[in-house]
Amino acid sequence: MIDAKNISKKFKQQTAVDAISFSVNEGENFVLLGTSGCGKTTTLKMLNRLIEPTDGEIFINQKNIRNENAETLRRSIGYALQNTGLFPHYTVAENIAVVPKLFKWSKEKIRARVEELMIKLHLSKEYYDTYPNELSGGQQQRVGLARALAADAGILLMDEPFGALDPITRTRVRNDFKNLEEFKKKTIVLVTHDVQEAFELADRICLMDKGKIVQTGKPTELLFKPANDFVKTFFDEQRLQLEYKSVTIKMLWQFLNDNGNIESSATEIAADRNVWQALECFSLNETDALIAHKNGITKKISYASLMNAFNQYKKAN
Amino acid sequence: MEQQQSLWEFIVQQRGKLLDQTIAHIGLTFISLFIAVLIGLPLGIFIARRKKAAAIVLNIAGILQTIPSIALLGFMIPLLGIGPLPAITALFLYALLPIIRNTYTGINEVDATVLEAASAMGFSKWQILTKVELPLAFPVILAGIRTATVINVGVATLAAYIAAGGLGEFIFGGISLNNTNMILAGAIPAALLAMLFDFLLSRVQKINLKKIRVAVVLMPFIILLLSSFYVIPSFEKNKLLAGFTPEFMGRQDGYLGLKSVYKLNIRNVVISDAVMYKAAYEKKLDIISGYSTDGRLRAFDLVILNDDKKIFPPYYAAPLIRNDVLQKYPEIENVLNLLSGKINDSIMTELNYEVDYLRRSPEAVAKDFLIKNNLYRQPRNGNKGTIHLGSKIFGEQYILINMYSMLIKGYTDLNVDTKTGLGGTKICFDAMTNNQIDMYPEYTGTGLLAILNASSATLNQLKQNEDSVYNYVADQFKKKYNLVWLKPIGFNNAYALMMRRQQSNELNVHSISELTDYINQSQN
Ligand SMILES: Nc1ncnc2c1ncn2[C@@H]1O[C@H](COP(=O)(O)OP(=O)(O)OP(=O)(O)O)[C@@H](O)[C@H]1O
Ligand SMILES: [Mg+2]
Repeated sequence: MIDAKNISKKFKQQTAVDAISFSVNEGENFVLLGTSGCGKTTTLKMLNRLIEPTDGEIFINQKNIRNENAETLRRSIGYALQNTGLFPHYTVAENIAVVPKLFKWSKEKIRARVEELMIKLHLSKEYYDTYPNELSGGQQQRVGLARALAADAGILLMDEPFGALDPITRTRVRNDFKNLEEFKKKTIVLVTHDVQEAFELADRICLMDKGKIVQTGKPTELLFKPANDFVKTFFDEQRLQLEYKSVTIKMLWQFLNDNGNIESSATEIAADRNVWQALECFSLNETDALIAHKNGITKKISYASLMNAFNQYKKAN
Repeated sequence: MEQQQSLWEFIVQQRGKLLDQTIAHIGLTFISLFIAVLIGLPLGIFIARRKKAAAIVLNIAGILQTIPSIALLGFMIPLLGIGPLPAITALFLYALLPIIRNTYTGINEVDATVLEAASAMGFSKWQILTKVELPLAFPVILAGIRTATVINVGVATLAAYIAAGGLGEFIFGGISLNNTNMILAGAIPAALLAMLFDFLLSRVQKINLKKIRVAVVLMPFIILLLSSFYVIPSFEKNKLLAGFTPEFMGRQDGYLGLKSVYKLNIRNVVISDAVMYKAAYEKKLDIISGYSTDGRLRAFDLVILNDDKKIFPPYYAAPLIRNDVLQKYPEIENVLNLLSGKINDSIMTELNYEVDYLRRSPEAVAKDFLIKNNLYRQPRNGNKGTIHLGSKIFGEQYILINMYSMLIKGYTDLNVDTKTGLGGTKICFDAMTNNQIDMYPEYTGTGLLAILNASSATLNQLKQNEDSVYNYVADQFKKKYNLVWLKPIGFNNAYALMMRRQQSNELNVHSISELTDYINQSQN
C-alpha cells in the first residue's frame, strides 16, 4: 500500500534520513522505532508531504504522491501527533469535525460521526462543546485520535501519539485504541521510541539508527534473529520481558507437552495469549496448570513444560 | 465652582461646534485606523512569513513612530497640502507600527504544533491563515489596534493645525486665547473618547474563544462605520477659502469682529500659523490671518487687505523702559528714540524676511540696517553702568534688540546685557516689574489687551485709533507700573487678512470690505 523507495532528507547541516526503503501492506501496523533523532518523525512526515524528500519516491496505492495535490493527499491520510495539535479555538466537536468539514459532509453526517467517535474513544457527551484546554491530557489525546479517524481515511500516521501521557493513562488510552475496529482495519504507520509500545502495537517493526534502517521485521524476528549487534543490544535491557510478550502459546504449540495426567486445578487460557500472560495466570490464579486449545486439540500445560517449550522455541529460531 | 459652571455654559453655548468637532475627531481617528489596519494587517502577515523583511519593515515603522507628531504633520504639508488628506496620512503612519508589530508577534506566537496539525489535516495556506493563525493571533492584533486607536485619538487633536478639524480646534484656540474653558471643552471630550474606545476594545479583547470568529468578522464593519463619521470638508474650487489660527477664530479683534463688523461670511478652516502662509502661497488657502510685518508675507508674495473698518487694534512697537532706569541714565532716551520713524511696515517685513526666511543672523541684519541709515557708531566700551535688554522669542524682537544694543554701546558710555528669548509677553513684562530687565520692545495692542486687559467700553472709546491707543497705554503704564513707553518706532505689527498678490489683483479685492462684497456677489 505504501512504498518508500530510497527516500532521503537532508537538512542544511545533516542528513536526517539517508536513502531508506520500506513498504507497508494494507491493514498492517508498521512501527518506526529508534533512538531520539534517528529520523523517525522526518520519515513519517514525508509520507503526507509535510516534509518533501530530497531524494527518492513514495508511492501510495501505486501512485507517486509527488504528483498529487498535497492538500488532497493529506485529507485522505489521518494524522495524530504527540502534543495533539488540537485547535485551541475549536470545541471538541469542531476539532473532531475538521476533516469531514473540509470534505463538505452534511451537518447531520458530521454530527453523527462525531458522536460515534466520542463514544468509541470513551469521551463523555458533555465535552461536546468544551474547549481542549479544559480537558485532561488523556482526554485531549483521545480527541486527537478521534480527529485523525474522523474522515475514515485508509491510512493513519501517528507520531508518538501516547508519548506525552503518564504511564497509567498511556496504557489506558493505548488499550482503548487497540480495541477499536479501526485499529485492526487501517494501515497504520506509528512512530515511537518506546520499545514496549512498539511490541504491543506492531505487526512489523522498522528499527532505525542515524537516518538508516537497521532491520525491518516481525517483533520476534528482531528479537531472535537480530541483523547485527546494534539490534541485539537495542533490546537487551528488556529482552526477557519482550521475549515472553512476543511469543504466544500458539507459536510454542509443537514444543508443548500435554501434562493431562496432572491431578490438580487448571485454568483455561486462549492460545493467542503470550507467555508473559500465561506466567501471570500461574501467579495470579495460583493454579498448577493451564488448559489451551488449538485446532480441536486440548493441552494441559504445567509451569515446567511451558518454560521448557519456550527454551526449545528460542533454540529453534 | 464658578469655573465649572462657566465651563458648562461654554459647552452649552458651543454645543453645535463641539458636536461637529467630536464627530470629525472620531472620523479622523477611525478613517486613519481603518487604512492602517487595511495595510498593516497584510504587511504584518507578510513579514511573519519573511523574517528578513520583518526587521526592515518594523524598523521603518518604528522610525515613523518616533517622529514628533507636529513635525510629521509639517512634513506632510509640502507633499499633501493641508486639510484631511495630510492629517489622515500622518495618523495612519502613527497607527501603522502597533498594528504591524502586533500582527507579526501574534502570528509568530501561534503554536507550531497547531499549525503542523492544520496542514496535516489538509488545510490550504489560506485556510491556515484565516481559520487558525488570524483567530489565534486576534487578541494580540486587537491589542495593537487598541494602542493605535488611543494614539490616534491623541494625535488627531493636532489635525487642527492643518485645517482638518477635530477637538484640537478648541484646545489650541483655548491655549492661544488663554481661555481655560475652551481648552477643557476640547481636552475633556478628547480624553473621554480615548478612554471610551480603550474600554470598548478591552472588552472585545477579553471575548471568549467562541465569539472570536464573530468578532473577527464584525471589527472591520464597526471601524468602517465609525470612519464614516468624518465628512470630508468639501473644498469647492471656485469659492474662496480662508484659514485662520485657532487664536484668531476666538477673538473679538479677529474672526468674531470680521463677522459682526464686516458681516464677512467666508468658508474657513482652522490652521496653525506655522503652515498658513505656505498654504496660501500654494493656493490651498486664499485668505489667511497673519501678522502684518511677518517676513513670510514678502517670501510668499502676499498682500494685506486694508482694514477699512478698523477692527484690528494697532500694534505699534515702541521701547518700553523702567522709569527709574530712565531717571538714572537720562541720556538713553534720545538714543532709544533714534529708531523712531525709521522703520515702517514694509521695511520691518523686509528685515524679518531676511532673518526668518533667508536665515541671516539678527545681529548682521541689525548692523546693516544701522549702517545704511547712518546710525551706526563704533562701540565706546564705556563702563558707566549696564542696561539689561530683553526680548520675546521671535525674529522681529531679536532684530530690534540688536539695534538698541548697538545704539546704546555706540552713543553712550553704558554697557549692555541682553536676555533674548524670554518667551511671551507675560515673561517679558514680569521680568521688567521684577527689575530683571530694564527695557524691551513692546506693542501697543499687546499692552492694551494682554497687559491692561482693557474693557470693551474702553476699546470702543479708543476706536482702534493709533494715537489714542498709544496715549492711553503710555498713560496707564506710567501710573500703574511706573514704566515708560518711548516713541513708537513706526511700524504696526497687527493682525491682518492677507491674500496672494495675483489673486488680489485679479479679483480687485484690496480691502476687507471689498472682500465681503466679492463673496456676497459670488454667492448670489
Ligand atoms: N526542520 C529541521 N531542520 C533541521 N534539522 C532538522 C529538522 N527537523 C529535524 N531535523 C534533524 O533531523 C534529525 C532527525 O529528526 P527527527 O525529528 O526525524 O528525529 P526523531 O527520530 O523523530 O526524533 P525524536 O524521537 O526525538 O522525535 C535530527 O537530528 C533533527 O535535529
Ligand atoms: Mg520525532
